[in-house]
Amino acid sequence: MALVAITAIVSLAPPGATPSAAQVDGRAVYERWCAGCHGLDGTGDGPGSGTMMPRPRDFTLALYQVRSTLSGELPTDDDILQVIDLGMPGTAMPGWRDVLTREERLALVDYLKSFSRFFDGPAPTELTFGKAPRVSDESLAAGRAAYELIECFKCHGDDGRGSGTSAPTLNDDYGFPIAAADLTQNWRFNGGGTVEDIYRRLRTGLDGTPMPGFSDLIDAEVLTDDDLWSLAHYVRSLAPETPEVREVIVAELLEDGELPSTVDDELWNDVESYYVPMVGQIILAPRWFNPRVSTLWVQALHDGTDIVMLVSWTDPSMSPDPEWTEYADQVVASMTPRDPGSTTGPGPGDQLAVQFPQAPMQGMERPFFLHGDSRRPAYLWSWSSVDGANEKVARGMGTAQTQTSQDLSVVPVHDGGQWKILLRRTLMTEDSEDLQFPIGSAVPIAFQVWDGDNGEQGFQGAISTWYFLLLEQATPISVYVIPVVAMILTFGLGTLIVSQAKKKDQQEGAA
Amino acid sequence: MFSMFQEKRGVALPIAMLFMVGCGGGGGDAGNDSGGDAETAQATSSVDPSSAGNVIGTISFTGPVPAMQTIDMSEESVCADKHPAGAMTESLVVDDDGGLANVFIYVKEGLEGQSFSPGPAAVIDQNGCVYHPHVLGVMAGQDITIRNSDGVLHNINASPTENRPFNVSQPVVMETNRSFRVAEVMIPLRCDVHGWMNAYVGVLDHPYFSVSAVGGSFSLETLPPGDYVIEAWHEEFGTLQQTVTVTTGETTEITFAFDESMAGVDVPMGEPWILDHADHGAHTAQSDTP
Repeated sequence: MALVAITAIVSLAPPGATPSAAQVDGRAVYERWCAGCHGLDGTGDGPGSGTMMPRPRDFTLALYQVRSTLSGELPTDDDILQVIDLGMPGTAMPGWRDVLTREERLALVDYLKSFSRFFDGPAPTELTFGKAPRVSDESLAAGRAAYELIECFKCHGDDGRGSGTSAPTLNDDYGFPIAAADLTQNWRFNGGGTVEDIYRRLRTGLDGTPMPGFSDLIDAEVLTDDDLWSLAHYVRSLAPETPEVREVIVAELLEDGELPSTVDDELWNDVESYYVPMVGQIILAPRWFNPRVSTLWVQALHDGTDIVMLVSWTDPSMSPDPEWTEYADQVVASMTPRDPGSTTGPGPGDQLAVQFPQAPMQGMERPFFLHGDSRRPAYLWSWSSVDGANEKVARGMGTAQTQTSQDLSVVPVHDGGQWKILLRRTLMTEDSEDLQFPIGSAVPIAFQVWDGDNGEQGFQGAISTWYFLLLEQATPISVYVIPVVAMILTFGLGTLIVSQAKKKDQQEGAA
Repeated sequence: MFSMFQEKRGVALPIAMLFMVGCGGGGGDAGNDSGGDAETAQATSSVDPSSAGNVIGTISFTGPVPAMQTIDMSEESVCADKHPAGAMTESLVVDDDGGLANVFIYVKEGLEGQSFSPGPAAVIDQNGCVYHPHVLGVMAGQDITIRNSDGVLHNINASPTENRPFNVSQPVVMETNRSFRVAEVMIPLRCDVHGWMNAYVGVLDHPYFSVSAVGGSFSLETLPPGDYVIEAWHEEFGTLQQTVTVTTGETTEITFAFDESMAGVDVPMGEPWILDHADHGAHTAQSDTP
């Protein structure tokens, strides 16, 4: 080990010198940065691999998902470099472009190839892809037709959220369960989310996964190349632009009319949707490294009396769904080592918790983000597909108590591989255990979500960090009046000064 | 290819038999699927048929035979309709007399130094969301015609370790050809769309292999005289081996007896080419990328 460390230090170039790739010891770079997950011998079973889904790549099989070559062909050097540079979004693999020098990354490419004798054979044939044609209504319609013709929905579902009939039984080449990609989150696509990236994945497939390549279909005249481009455009159209994380979620004020009481009320179309990225709960044991839900979308409205919040996320199944039992069992079984008290199978259902401090906080002060503690308890809006909605108070994870007075109403809808949960409460309640929502002020808010059919329950689910929920204030009438008055006054005063100056000028001129 | 054969031997019958060894003998219906055009056999070898002998035999299974599971195909009505009585899993197909089908039997040792050329394409058909045959033998380099007779989406995902993999899509009735370059016993095939669909392909660089039929029978014909290690491979019960001596003009009969005690054994599959780590350490980077 000491030897490795020394080699690593030696390999670090002195300032000013730029070693060529040939001078960089790829093995040293690999053992320092990669072996923890991919293993010293490249078989993908390093000490960190046991909780990763999907597992780190086994380089001895020379199976690479992101390639510019046909299904089953080796990747090019540039293909491997691209994955090292950009990482694999939605997996544990980060990008290394900003961590390692170009020479180190090139040396790594070479070292990775040395794990398999396949690379001793002839170099792979790189496909030529061309440029994306312009998108149009016609191409999107043609893309949808192709989606149906080649039955993408079998895995990805009719809405692209990964809820197809085959989705619960998908395994990767190592026998681990694998989710069909959620096509509404192109920023999580392995190999990139642009139309060009998607087209390439359609042509090449993602080796080692259930995703096949479709180049043969062009040769067999089942599809044209244009059809495949249209399909790429259609898939791209299922996702919004890559969203930004914003710290403040604004509950907009609805000045006229009724607050929406259904999840598909047209009013929601005009309400800002906030992106809330989710990660596994890996702070407290038992930890969870494989959350199903990676994104929540949050919308909020209030009318001065009530607040309604619409929380949406992709979840292929309405747990507990017997079709997914085996999937959950497989996910749980794949986690090694497991913390004591870990889940042993499907969770009881899907769950959502919207978390607030129980009492107003000063400034940036917030409770411990996992259900608070005894000093600063958390107030929860809790919903489960099995138990329905409950207001709870918690003094730390696992201590949540259902309140005696319940003021929360919830409308849950599961459709097309997506949960939409509408939550509603009066801003002010009689219950001293509730957080009150004063208009115009921001309160801390955080989210947790569990997919029972992914084996999630208890501590083992997805969490967000703290955000602020700001209840928009009615704009006082003075905001509109004061600028007008100021303009009139300014104009009047200006006119007066100018006319007086002119008068004085004329008098001087006459004199 | 055919003219090459004529130059070498010019004897059609034994060659046809060779081909039947290569592609026939599959379990039940499966054999018919792949051996249908045996008369077009073109496999070439350096074996003198007049001096050859045969090995025939049966595979037996002893022990309680669990009832085969009915496959739930309700999600794919096209396929469910093709199995009015329900489709059964094929991982353990034993007849009333204890004959075990779908065992891959092949010459593991004894043919070193001899060269053989593959015959025409073998066929693996996806019909009723089931692979026909369930176990297939081919030679390295021999085309495998993968047929979709269902007209619903199948993907054919082959995950070898010594050969390159492939994963191709067939959304309509169509055929796709693929082959494996080097010998590998065995290569799993699966359809990810239909989680119950799986098959195994044994790839060899000679044509002496067979798949036991319903009832457990198999034959390896036109073997040059000599001593051979014959291996029988089953997807759940692993492998059995025995040595057999082939004598000119004789047919030697052997049996392989699988039993319940073999349940849960490690079933050998292709081995990845893992490089010796010591060897690996000497590696230095040489990049041609600027």
